[in-house]
Amino acid sequence: MAFSGWRILREGLTGNKGWGPLWRTPEPRKAYDALIIGGGGHGLSTAYYLAKNHGMTRIAVLERGYLGGGNVGRNTTIVRANYFLPGNQEFYSHSLKLWEGMEADLNFNAMHSQRGLINLFHSDGQRDAFARRGNAMINQGDDAILLDREGVRELLPYLDFDNHRFPVYGGLLHPRGGTARHDAVAWGYARGADRLGVDLIQNCEVTGFTIAGGKVTGVETTRGPIAAPMVAMVVAGRSGQLAAKAGMRLPIESHVLQAFVTEGLKPVIDHVVSFGMGHFYISQSDKGGLVFGGDIDFYSSYAQRGNLPMMEHVMEAGMSLMPMIGKAKVLRSWGGIMDMTPDGSPIIDKTPVEGLFVDAGWNYGGFKAVPASGWCLAHLMATGDSHPVAARFRLDRFREGVLLDEEGTGAQHNLH
Amino acid sequence: MRIPCPLCGDRDRREFYYMGAAEALTAPPGPEAPPEVIDDQLHLRTNPAGETRDVWYHETGCGAWLIVTRDTVTHAVHGAVLAERRGTTA
Repeated sequence: MAFSGWRILREGLTGNKGWGPLWRTPEPRKAYDALIIGGGGHGLSTAYYLAKNHGMTRIAVLERGYLGGGNVGRNTTIVRANYFLPGNQEFYSHSLKLWEGMEADLNFNAMHSQRGLINLFHSDGQRDAFARRGNAMINQGDDAILLDREGVRELLPYLDFDNHRFPVYGGLLHPRGGTARHDAVAWGYARGADRLGVDLIQNCEVTGFTIAGGKVTGVETTRGPIAAPMVAMVVAGRSGQLAAKAGMRLPIESHVLQAFVTEGLKPVIDHVVSFGMGHFYISQSDKGGLVFGGDIDFYSSYAQRGNLPMMEHVMEAGMSLMPMIGKAKVLRSWGGIMDMTPDGSPIIDKTPVEGLFVDAGWNYGGFKAVPASGWCLAHLMATGDSHPVAARFRLDRFREGVLLDEEGTGAQHNLH
Repeated sequence: MRIPCPLCGDRDRREFYYMGAAEALTAPPGPEAPPEVIDDQLHLRTNPAGETRDVWYHETGCGAWLIVTRDTVTHAVHGAVLAERRGTTA
C-alpha cells in the first residue's frame, strides 16, 4: 500500500492498525535468475533497478545479518556531486539526479535535504583549485558557486575566520549537495524491490561459490545452496573476504573510518561544511545532533571502532574551525569498515569468473553513490555492458594504468 | 595502540606511519615478470580479517621500518621486527 499524507491521516483516525511490514520474509528458493550478495544500500538499489529497469524479478538479495545493518547505517549521510575527474564526474552527477527523484520513485521519505555543501579553502592556490573544480562541476551540468570570505561569513558566521594556521579565504558552495536519512534509503529500496517481487533473504550468509568451467552456477549459504547464472558481490567493507571465497584477490585494503554525533541541539549548522585542510566535516541532523567526522585511522582494520588519536585529531580540527562546538557534548562515536582502493575510486565490473560481478571499493564515499551504483550494476548484469557513466570503474584499471586518482594522493590504499 | 619497536621499546602509535601490507615487500618481481605478477604485487591484497603483518615506519622515533604482526579485528599488537630482518620470525 502506498504512503501518503491521506494515509497517515486515515491511519491516525483509525488507531494506526493498518500499517504492516514493509517487505515480506520469504524462504530462499532453489534457483534464481540472479543473486545479489549484500543487503546494504548498493545491493538493495541493484535489486530494485534490476527489477524496475530490466524486468528481472526472479532475483534475490542475500544478507548475512539484517537489511541495512552495515555501512549504509554507519555513515555521515552526505550526498553530493562535486567530483573533478572524467569518470567520476558523470557517475556522481547521475547519482545526484537519481537522488532528486528517488523519494517520488520509491514512494518513501528518505529525508533528502539539499541544504548545500561548502568546501572551505585557505590559500590563493587552494582557491584556484576550487575554482577549477567548480568550473568542472558546472561543465558537467551540476551547480557550483565560488564564495569569497564575506560570502562564507554570511552563510557560516560562526567560523573562526582568522585562524592563524588556516584563515578562511572562501568556499566552494554546491547548492544541490546535502544529506539524507541513511537507514530510510536502504528501507526505501528494500520495500521498492520487494514490491517488484524480489526476495530479500536475511540471516543468510554466503559461505562459498559453485564455479564450473570458469562460470558461476550458484552459491553455498548457511540456508542451503542456491543456484543462479549471475551473482553480484556487493559487500563493501568485506569485499576482500567474500572475493577470496571465489579464489580472487582484490585491489582493496579495509580501513576504519570514525564518525561522531553530539547530543541534540537547536538548529545552528544549516549546511554541510567541509574543512579539508583540517580533515573535518560536519552537518546537523534533523534530530539536532551535530554529525561529524574526519579521516580514516590510516591502518588496515575490521574492528568497526577506531582509536583515540584520530578522535582527538578530529575534535581538534573541529575546535579550530568552529570554536563554538566545544560546548557540545559528544553522545557517541562509531567506525565503519571502508574498502580502500589504491586510487580512491570504486569498482563496478565483471570478474574473471563468468557471471560473477563485483561492486566494491567505495572507500568512504559509498553513501552518495547508492542510487547510481545500483543503477549501473543492474545495467551491467542485465545487458553485459558497462553503463556509460560507470565505464571507468574497472577492476583491471590498476594493471592497465588507467587510474582515477581523484585526490592525486598516490598509490597507497590508506592515502585517499 | 602501542607498537613495540625493537630499537626503542613500546611506543605510541602516533610515532609511526603506516606503509601498507607486508606482503607487498616480499619477493619483488623482476623487470621480466609478466604484468599480472607485478599487478598482484603492487595492487592486490589478501586483506585478512584477523592476524596480519604490515609495514610501519617509526617516523618520529628511530626511523626504522618495522614489520608489525597484529590483529585487524581486535587491534591487538603481537610483535614487531625490523623490516631488514624480515624472513626471521616476528
